[in-house]
Amino acid sequence: MNAPVHHQTLVTPEKPKALAAGQFKVTARDVDVFYGDKHAIRKLSIDIPDRAVSAFIGPSGCGKSTFLRCINRMNDTIPTCRVTGDIKVDKNDIYDPKIDVVQLRAKVGMVFQKPNPFPKSIYENVAYGPRIHGLAASKTELDEIVEKSLRKAGLWEEVKDRLQHPGTGLSGGQQQRLCIARAIAVNPEVILMDEPCSALDPIATARIEELIDELRQNYCIVIVTHSMQQAARVSQLTAFFHLGTLVEYGDTDEMFTAPQEKRTQDYITGRFG
Amino acid sequence: MFVWTVLLIVLMAAIAYWAGRTRAAGLVTAGGPRLHSLPSYHGLFTAAGAMIGGLALAIAGALAFGGQSVATPVAAVVGAGIGAAPLYAKSSLDFRARNNFERIVLVLLICCSGVAILTTIGIVFSVLFETLVFFRSVSPIEFLFGTHWSPTGTPPSFGLIPLLAGTLLITVIAILVAGPLGLLSAIYMAEYASPHLRSVLKPILEILAGIPTVVLGFFAALTVAPLIRGSGEAMGFSVASESALAAGLVMGMMIVPLISSLSDDIINAVPQSLRDGSYAMGATKSETIKKVVLPAALPGIVSAFMLAISRAVGETMIVVMAAGLAANLTANPLAAVTTITVQIATLLVGDQEFDSPKTLSAFALGFVLFFFTLVLNYIALRIVQKYREQYD
Repeated sequence: MNAPVHHQTLVTPEKPKALAAGQFKVTARDVDVFYGDKHAIRKLSIDIPDRAVSAFIGPSGCGKSTFLRCINRMNDTIPTCRVTGDIKVDKNDIYDPKIDVVQLRAKVGMVFQKPNPFPKSIYENVAYGPRIHGLAASKTELDEIVEKSLRKAGLWEEVKDRLQHPGTGLSGGQQQRLCIARAIAVNPEVILMDEPCSALDPIATARIEELIDELRQNYCIVIVTHSMQQAARVSQLTAFFHLGTLVEYGDTDEMFTAPQEKRTQDYITGRFG
Repeated sequence: MFVWTVLLIVLMAAIAYWAGRTRAAGLVTAGGPRLHSLPSYHGLFTAAGAMIGGLALAIAGALAFGGQSVATPVAAVVGAGIGAAPLYAKSSLDFRARNNFERIVLVLLICCSGVAILTTIGIVFSVLFETLVFFRSVSPIEFLFGTHWSPTGTPPSFGLIPLLAGTLLITVIAILVAGPLGLLSAIYMAEYASPHLRSVLKPILEILAGIPTVVLGFFAALTVAPLIRGSGEAMGFSVASESALAAGLVMGMMIVPLISSLSDDIINAVPQSLRDGSYAMGATKSETIKKVVLPAALPGIVSAFMLAISRAVGETMIVVMAAGLAANLTANPLAAVTTITVQIATLLVGDQEFDSPKTLSAFALGFVLFFFTLVLNYIALRIVQKYREQYD
């Protein structure tokens, strides 16, 4: 029942290992995205497996962030944006008018390019989601969720003595991990990361990458990155976007050693982009 | 003679500019060293000398011979010449006319801001000294804590409390009206209204801010007050024809645009990334506004409110017309009250003797008013600073 619909880039002799192993969490068929008159994504189809990291790479303006933002309907906040085609999370069409976008976003969390902690305390930042979704019945329960989330994000030891301090007072890398803790506090199943390390130094980046690798055990993670090294380090699957189309999608190892497409090879060897 | 003097100084400056420029330009020889400053800077520098010298001697001449004397324009021309000549002589290839001219501009800028600051200080001190003169005839204790105000009575009594209470009552009514109206309309405009609707709504609200307060005043006195009186009496309340409620309501309408326009700008300044972060957590729009946008905008909103309060406290025309002159000490919004500003206005209308306690009490009231708004501004500033440390 999970047989992937054949997609041009998936027609390889043997199915990518990661694709064969996992169950598909997110599936997209013939997705087109328009910003006003601009055709940002053309006929995109992709199957994203659960419990793995999928990286979207490609030059700026290729549509990778746009597609990422379609998966939790963050593009709804842009008035001129129009999405057609099918995107399913757990086989539920997320653009179905009956779907509650609030529920969808609780299930599909997002971490942004620039750390954007709320101007509240560290504790309140993490407690924000559980509070609005009513996930904790008591203060003790909320405390537990906050601690668990901060631990999962690898931030607990650094902030446990100053939970009441403002989240904006942390360093950039800590702020980004706080945003990850905030996202996982509502028990999402998918975590979307839009260039989560582009505003961080190499040490903070390494810390986040380790974290992504740990989180892969429990979540379906999709990460947009401009760093090919990062894609190679953290992801099991890589998708290469160019000019609004998905050029190639497959195992990260194969992609970086033996890409099927000439354009992919040119991009990852630095010939353009 | 005044017009002539001004024209002559401008003419002299123009001549000095031309002369300085020409001389500097003439210094350059083909293939020789270049000028340090462009010729126009030499011209400007010389012209500045002519201006300063001309103005100085013209003022001196006017003081010595009287403004109507022919000596004044003559002095202006002589002064301009004296001012410009040494600067004209200074110009040479490596003379730094550009830097020197900029120093003159800097001094000019300092003088301008100095005038504003000195004027403020001057007003404060003149009010303070007159207040001290007033306190020679009326004790400060009686003034600050007295509960009876009747400056024209025999004997006159100068108790501030009823005026202060009236001012506070009307201000509180105004804020109760304008606070929710202004803030909620700002939230609507900033977060919900389409850009097109917003571009129509905001100017309309700002037109409300542009209505002269004297118009709002007679609107309050002739339309709102009778309306309140009529509907109040229909419900069995006794309402004074000039009530605090009427004045407060209209004053509230006056400050709605101030609050809504400032708050709208402040809410718009909250970074979109915070809203995105909240939406991405599955928060709805109103949750995002309540829990993320408004807390982030709070310091700015508080200062908008404080500004609005200062405006309400200092407002005169509306209360003169709609609130009445009766210095009643009451918290009843349906009664007639009077405010500090109304009393200052009535004390100083008509013929005055400047040394009677009645006139001088206006200065004391003015000083209280000034102190009041100063404290409000200080509180606003502190709140903004406190939250800015936490939030940015």
